Amino acid sequence: MSLEGLPKPENLHIDFEAPQTDWMETPTTFRSGTFSFPAAPKNIKYMGMANPREWSPTEEDWKLPDNWRQIILDGLKERLEKFRSFRLFMDICVRCGACADKCHFFLGGGDPKNMPVLRAELLRSVYRKDYTLAGKILGRMVGARDLDLKVLKEWFYYFYQCTECRRCSLYCPYGIDTAEITMIGRELLNLVGLNINWVQEPVANCFRTGNHLGIPPHGLIDMWEFCVDDIENVTGIRVDLPVNRKGAEILMVTPSGDYFADPGTYTFMGYLMLFHELGLDYTWSTYASEGGNFGLFTSHETIKRLNAKIYAEAKRLGVKWILGGECGHMWRVIHQYMDTMNGPADFLEVPKSPFTGTVFENARSSKMVHITEFTSDLIKHGKLNLDPSRNDKVIATYHDSCNTARAAGLLDEPRYVIKAVCNNFYEMPENTIREETFCCGGGAGLGNDENIEMRMRGGFPRANAVNYVRDEHGVNRLLCMCAIDRATLTALMHYWAPDVEVGGIHELVANALIMKGEDERKTDLRGEPLPGMEDMEEEEDV
Amino acid sequence: MNPWYSVLISLFIVIGLVLIALIGVGSIGLNSLFGVYIPYVAFAVFIIGFIWRVVEWARAPVPFKIPTTGGQGKSLPWMKHEKLDSPFTTGQVIVRMLLEVFLFRSLFRNVKGELRGGPRLTFASSKWLWLFGILFHYSFLTIVLRHLRFFTEPVPQWVQLISSLDGFFEILVPTFFLTDAAFLLAATLLFLRRVVIPQVRYISLPNDYFPLLLILGIGISGILMRQVFHVDLEKVKELAIGLAAFSPTVPKELGSVFYVHLFLVSVLAAYIPWSKIMHAAGVFMSPTRNMANNNRAVRHINPWNYPVKVHTYEEYEDDFRAKMKEVGLPVDKE
Ligand code: HEM
Ligand code: SF4
Ligand code: SF4
Repeated sequence: MSLEGLPKPENLHIDFEAPQTDWMETPTTFRSGTFSFPAAPKNIKYMGMANPREWSPTEEDWKLPDNWRQIILDGLKERLEKFRSFRLFMDICVRCGACADKCHFFLGGGDPKNMPVLRAELLRSVYRKDYTLAGKILGRMVGARDLDLKVLKEWFYYFYQCTECRRCSLYCPYGIDTAEITMIGRELLNLVGLNINWVQEPVANCFRTGNHLGIPPHGLIDMWEFCVDDIENVTGIRVDLPVNRKGAEILMVTPSGDYFADPGTYTFMGYLMLFHELGLDYTWSTYASEGGNFGLFTSHETIKRLNAKIYAEAKRLGVKWILGGECGHMWRVIHQYMDTMNGPADFLEVPKSPFTGTVFENARSSKMVHITEFTSDLIKHGKLNLDPSRNDKVIATYHDSCNTARAAGLLDEPRYVIKAVCNNFYEMPENTIREETFCCGGGAGLGNDENIEMRMRGGFPRANAVNYVRDEHGVNRLLCMCAIDRATLTALMHYWAPDVEVGGIHELVANALIMKGEDERKTDLRGEPLPGMEDMEEEEDV
Repeated sequence: MNPWYSVLISLFIVIGLVLIALIGVGSIGLNSLFGVYIPYVAFAVFIIGFIWRVVEWARAPVPFKIPTTGGQGKSLPWMKHEKLDSPFTTGQVIVRMLLEVFLFRSLFRNVKGELRGGPRLTFASSKWLWLFGILFHYSFLTIVLRHLRFFTEPVPQWVQLISSLDGFFEILVPTFFLTDAAFLLAATLLFLRRVVIPQVRYISLPNDYFPLLLILGIGISGILMRQVFHVDLEKVKELAIGLAAFSPTVPKELGSVFYVHLFLVSVLAAYIPWSKIMHAAGVFMSPTRNMANNNRAVRHINPWNYPVKVHTYEEYEDDFRAKMKEVGLPVDKE
């Protein structure tokens, strides 16, 4: 991440004033720092998708197939027939503007085409031209326009400037979900080979190796064992690491961000410690080593192609049910798409906690439970021995991921867990949390280095709320349960709120967890001295 | 399109429509065209078009269950479930929908983001659009229902009740209906909002201004008939009942204003199915609102779910078998 090129936060120019020119006349400029680089041909080729080639958005020639226009229009027609959501959202917007200032990209950038309603109009205008009588006859008068290269380029710019967070859909009187329109818009762009590498590379990697980073099975073992070593250093306990083990009761699937880089790794260590302490009969999988699914940012078909592994692996290993780690967009796929796409999972059993006997009725069909559902149930039943004072240096607030909040309603489970393991917890202002939460600015594949200015702008409303609790309550830790967040919020805090660290929930669970036979803990999982242990640390250093 | 141009062009169209009716009836005397044929055609277009559009939506499948959740979903038994914002059962979905349709609940959530120096953002609840919207829709609804008194003999009790409640405050003689005032006010406010708020002005099209101006035209012509020109309501009723019974007679001496009013209503009726006013029907079909957040408990079927190319475990093991064995991972095929 490079924040060097950016102006200081106080000098970042934001202006809600609309330009003088009508939006259809306002040209799209690909300004450095505000767009993502195209997908490398090999990543498109590997997935067997359209038009792999080298190209650049800033060049005139995008090397499109000659009949690109027909491809898109045919694709549009097909999707109008396949998705009631899409067809309806094309027809019923009244342009009331209720969604306009709900999008973090508009709030942090002021570009009117980042108002959800205009983002949708970019596509709607083409729909009107080709699929409505009024549009055919009256054209511009009724907001219809031809699909030409300028329009296509505009789509690419703005559909890759939407993080599919669904905040707009919460406020729309008809529930028009611009995320759904963006998803379809990206699907159309993919038909002619317009996609970004930060999405397409994880997609290709995940397809081949099972995870976004392209780590082969032996590499995973290395990484995971490294975490086991770290845990031993902190606790003196060498935790189990069951991998690809047939006959386990539970398959655990988490986003690769959890084990790839700090601060995700601490959360990963948290799972290992929790499961070890419980004596959970479970296994990791190298084949299904990714809970995340960048297909969500590509096309519905790609979601399904990548998601298929989870049930397939559960079946192969013969587990009873599946547990999912801390991730946002993963949870949308698991909650809203998996069962429909790759179910029914009739070879699995209705999830039941082996320790509390709780049957997870809400996962009766899909057979997959979220880790905070699992852990909050354990805590409620007093199954964990916890010492929250070990987290006393942490003054925490919690960021709801867009997808767990607005596409699942998973809001109170994480809060329940956090409050049980951490004594200092402060909510950010209402209107910025729970279902009204603001995006980190880098979801949906936009959390890449080259897009840094847009990320910092898009993350501004979130950071602004963090700053508020930092100043009011001295908050120094931004908790989240999302692997993308842990990466993007870290950069965001660097820029907007430098003294706030980012971390996961199960990191704090593991810090607080008193394990049988553990050494006296001197440090937390990050290797920082626990409260009251600072002196001992120094003594050792001497 | 330049916003002023959009407003002007919409205004000219509405004025044009008024002139057509005035000239058509006043100068050329095409009373039965404007009194009978056009209303019939318009009404037919409305009914057929409306159904057509709804059927068109209904024919498109709903491949995925994608409710937008606005609160805690149903989870562990001891965790408080927000039944309205994250409905789990069909009953809860219905209540959520009723509140959307009758109270515009999502619009009620509206908060306005304000940019301050620093930069800093603040949010304040903003219910203006909700208020104007509620005022507009309910006065519109009341007025439409009140019109039933022209089409029925005897007038049903509940229609009379609406009229009498509405005219409760007898300000002028003849009764100045409270809803008439509310209606004109709300439509004007909605219009002003569109012109005044820069972002809303920026997104508005002629087809956003036109229906509002048309509706204002209907309202104004209606009030003029009542308060200024004193149109003979008995004659209006004669025509209306005739139309409803499919044996229309065109009474003489019905003033031109009445025909203006009727013509504008006809245009609105015929326009609705092809316009954004179809949101009235669409809102009921919106998948982010009318589906239950019970995705993991009740499987949703996608009618066009098709097999896709996946990377199977066997292929994966083939790619990595040697390495897997090296680190002691079990393999299916030696
Ligand atoms: C859930 C139900 C409904 C909601 C939330 C809703 C909301 C709205 C909103 C926000 C506007 C925009 C005003 C503007 O800024 O222009 C509007 C306009 C309008 N609505 Fe509704 N509406 C609903 C149902 C209906 C129904 C049942 C009708 C009956 C015909 C209707 C007719 C209209 C008309 C005529 C306009 C004004 C014309 C226009 O601006 O296009 N609406 N509605
Ligand atoms: S809130 Fe909904 S209806 Fe209003 S402008 Fe936005 S998308 Fe359109
Ligand atoms: S989904 Fe989120 S990012 Fe996309 S338009 Fe809506 S508010 Fe903006």
